[in-house]
Amino acid sequence: MSAIPDAPAARTRKAWSWGRFVRQLTLFALACFFLMPVYALLVTALKDPAHVDVVKMWSLPDSLSLESFRIVWPKLQDGFRNSLMLAIPASLISSMLGAANGFVLAKWRFPGADVVFPIILFGMFIPYQAILIPMFKTLSDIPVIHYKAVGGLEGLILVHIIYGLPITTLIFRGFFAGLPDELVDAAEVDGAGMLRTFFSIALPVALPAFAVSMIWQFTSAWNDFLFGLILTNTEYWPITVALNNIAGGQTVPFNQAMASALLASLPTLLVYALLGRFFMRGLMAGALKS
Amino acid sequence: MRRRSRRRMRNWLPGFLLVLPSLLAIGVFVYYFIGWNVAVSLTDWRGSLKPSDTFVGLANYRQLLADETFHNDSIHLVIFTGFFMAGALALGIFMALLLDKGVRGEGVYRAIFLFPMAISFIATGIIWRWLLNSDSGASTTGINKLTEAAGLGFLHSEWHKTDSSFAVAAIALPAGWALSGYIMALFLAGLRGIPEELREAARVDGASELRIYWHVIRPMLLPVLLSAVVILAHISLKTFDLIYAIDPGGPRTETPALYMWQTTFRGTFFARGASIATMLFIAIVLVITPYIWYTMRQERKK
Amino acid sequence: MQIRRRQLLGAGLGASALIALPGCSDQGGGSGTPSTEKKVEVFSWWSGPGEGEGLAALIEDFKKQNPGVEFINAAVAGGSGTQARQVLTTRLLNNDPPDSYQLHAGQEAASDIKADKLEDITYLYEAGGWKSQFPKGLLDKLTIDGKIYAVPVNIHRSNLLFFNPKKLSGWGISGPPQTWSDLLAQSKTLAGKGVKVLSVGTTWTQMHLMENVLLGELGTAKYNGLWDGSTDWNGDEVIKALDTFKQILAASVVGTDDWQPTIDKVIAGTAAYNVMGDWAAGYLQGPKALKYKTDYDVVASPGSTGVYNFLADSFTLPKNAKHKEFAEAWLKECASASGQDLFNPLKGSVPARLDSDKSKYKDYLAWALQEWQNTSTVVVGSLVHGVVANNAWKSEIERAYGLFFTDKDSKKFAGAVKAAYAANK
Repeated sequence: MSAIPDAPAARTRKAWSWGRFVRQLTLFALACFFLMPVYALLVTALKDPAHVDVVKMWSLPDSLSLESFRIVWPKLQDGFRNSLMLAIPASLISSMLGAANGFVLAKWRFPGADVVFPIILFGMFIPYQAILIPMFKTLSDIPVIHYKAVGGLEGLILVHIIYGLPITTLIFRGFFAGLPDELVDAAEVDGAGMLRTFFSIALPVALPAFAVSMIWQFTSAWNDFLFGLILTNTEYWPITVALNNIAGGQTVPFNQAMASALLASLPTLLVYALLGRFFMRGLMAGALKS
Repeated sequence: MRRRSRRRMRNWLPGFLLVLPSLLAIGVFVYYFIGWNVAVSLTDWRGSLKPSDTFVGLANYRQLLADETFHNDSIHLVIFTGFFMAGALALGIFMALLLDKGVRGEGVYRAIFLFPMAISFIATGIIWRWLLNSDSGASTTGINKLTEAAGLGFLHSEWHKTDSSFAVAAIALPAGWALSGYIMALFLAGLRGIPEELREAARVDGASELRIYWHVIRPMLLPVLLSAVVILAHISLKTFDLIYAIDPGGPRTETPALYMWQTTFRGTFFARGASIATMLFIAIVLVITPYIWYTMRQERKK
Repeated sequence: MQIRRRQLLGAGLGASALIALPGCSDQGGGSGTPSTEKKVEVFSWWSGPGEGEGLAALIEDFKKQNPGVEFINAAVAGGSGTQARQVLTTRLLNNDPPDSYQLHAGQEAASDIKADKLEDITYLYEAGGWKSQFPKGLLDKLTIDGKIYAVPVNIHRSNLLFFNPKKLSGWGISGPPQTWSDLLAQSKTLAGKGVKVLSVGTTWTQMHLMENVLLGELGTAKYNGLWDGSTDWNGDEVIKALDTFKQILAASVVGTDDWQPTIDKVIAGTAAYNVMGDWAAGYLQGPKALKYKTDYDVVASPGSTGVYNFLADSFTLPKNAKHKEFAEAWLKECASASGQDLFNPLKGSVPARLDSDKSKYKDYLAWALQEWQNTSTVVVGSLVHGVVANNAWKSEIERAYGLFFTDKDSKKFAGAVKAAYAANK
């Protein structure tokens, strides 16, 4: 018994490094595939208009020119600010609500919870173009309170929160369902009510789910074009509308279009980087021990 | 045992109240609006910006079911969904497994795989339109040029310009490129959420890594799989911006979502657009519900 | 520990609310009630090189003529207003129109007119004496049921054939084809040299080609008849023209590219000709920095010499516009000779007015202007760009074209178009 543990350890260490090498290689190859279009984007953004050519899309620019970035930034500024004002509250609030819903539907169930979950979930499946008209009408004059939620950002934020509920609920429910029931039962034995259990037991271990939910919601709010276009006045147009105005016209200045797309993707990338810490291994360590 | 369940019953009210606002909001912003769509689909509102009061029953639906364009579009949707979901799931899970064990520069790889999702669909559409360029000879470009440069010229593909019904499958490539990173994130979070103790216990029992993945980890990822499938399915169904940016108006890549948009906002045929929307919604509900039931039952068994 | 987390949560949500606060909507003014503010909100799809600058020049002139009025430029890019249309539809349906919005001149306005959303602005024409300033052919297309609802700013031409003269001479071709049969004949010569005769791109560019094939093969009278029911779509001539179109497509390189990379092929020499509207001239001359006549050249597309297949961008006056007085001022600016001469050279189109300053239009535009103002030029309208078919019919034609492209059945396509015409009148 005592002699055996050494041999497997030695065997595992060597096998582990071979496997590790193959893994690194595969990851590197995949990364190249994923970055290939980004390379094309970048290279086009750095060319000047006369040299942008679909046939030469892979070739490096003859002369590096940051001109496109310089030109598009002033056009994107206002949209940038508006999108920030939109995406941060919308993603935070919808993630929180989703966490609450997910927790209740997975762990603090009520009669009919298994029916409520699909009802909320199917909210994901409506095609948004189909509900533009009634949505605009409803938000222009919200019944009972007679509030005009179009023109400024609050209608847009509200809409992103509401249409984000199905997916955030889905993510958190899935996550909480994977947790052992003992966690919640232990809190109950201690006399904690639902809200207390939610805030002190469930939320802290749900950080990976929070990351996943925030990534989706922030991206979705930041990249949304349709609702942003319809529900706001010109001064509150999000960055996607500004992007469309650069890249969607009759004559597309491809270098500017790519430059603006790259600039517009930076905040989202930043969010991904910041939330990356929530993917660390070991967040669940010790949870069972208590 | 009975005391706990009785206490639990008394305690379900706060949970229900917490979920209630969401239910109400969804009730209005989803189901009430769908009801509006159904109502419009039962009229003959077309050709003008003035809603019509004429009730025509299921005429629009009957027309749609006989409509050749709608047939083709539905087939395209099925093909696109199949390729897209299979591809994104496989790739996402694969990448999550690769990263799960921990690797140098994991943060960088994660960011790289997630980055495609951050890029606006307008730029994604333009760049993938170039990548999926089907020209040959002197004007070969895009992915075809890369395969040619690598000596693999026989892999030259017509992508979505091909005459086959599978043209739309080419669009699954950019769609998968954009979404697999997120599927990876989903599964990575799920994998990381599984307590290390469980894996350790299995290892001590003498199980190999592969068996651990298959017998211990895989069943615990069932809810994550549900999330992934549902997310991919709903994206696939509603994909409009990407296809529109790559091949606007292209008959071989058109899906019901594009048809609905085109017929409503360009053709002012609101009734037909509403009918397509209703049919899309019903179709996805019919397809997803059994899967949800199955998953929830599996969870209960555990 | 718990309390701190809850406080953090509350702080986070509070911060969210605070971030959103400056973005709240202004609650003043219900929809449709006229306002006394000095501003005007104008929707267009002019955002991009050329058109964006042209619009900016027009706006600057407007501000000079109307000091103190705030101009809200709600331009949403998207060829022919595909994206802008979504906003307009929702707002018009909710009786909350902008003060003016852009439309293609012609039948494109039909659905809005039918729903009683546009003001009849014949009175502006009479007050400004505009009826004598625009060509009769144009006014005819603008007049729907005896009333005029839009003010045209610019004129584009659809029936143009672009080519690279240096390449043509290199291939031993003496000149561009005069008829579509000539083009097919040239394609055989070029095939021997490994060059395709024509380059085509996405669906709308194919339909753009198709309308000009129909024009070239049928002549102006029968072409006009296609759109008012007097030419039978199922007749032999139309079917034959569609078959010719099929042959042309077969001899062309059909990509899924945008129109710009498609015309780049002509410059690069992988294709001989490209049929496109004259915004292509603006592109070749501007971003591509090519010279008219030497690096690129333009003639009327085969079979349509002396014919101006036009499309025009125009502005309208919606009913219940909040700032009607300034909207009218905007329309007057658009109709003025000075306004049009500021806008068009930048946009790369010719002015709709007959009394424009010819010296401002150079190269291709000089030739285009001369053709436009020539009284013997026959003016017909474009299908793809909203002149001759209303939105509903045009959408059905596009749908039928999609099927035509895959199954190549001319008779079926013609029949579908004819049926759709009757259904969407």
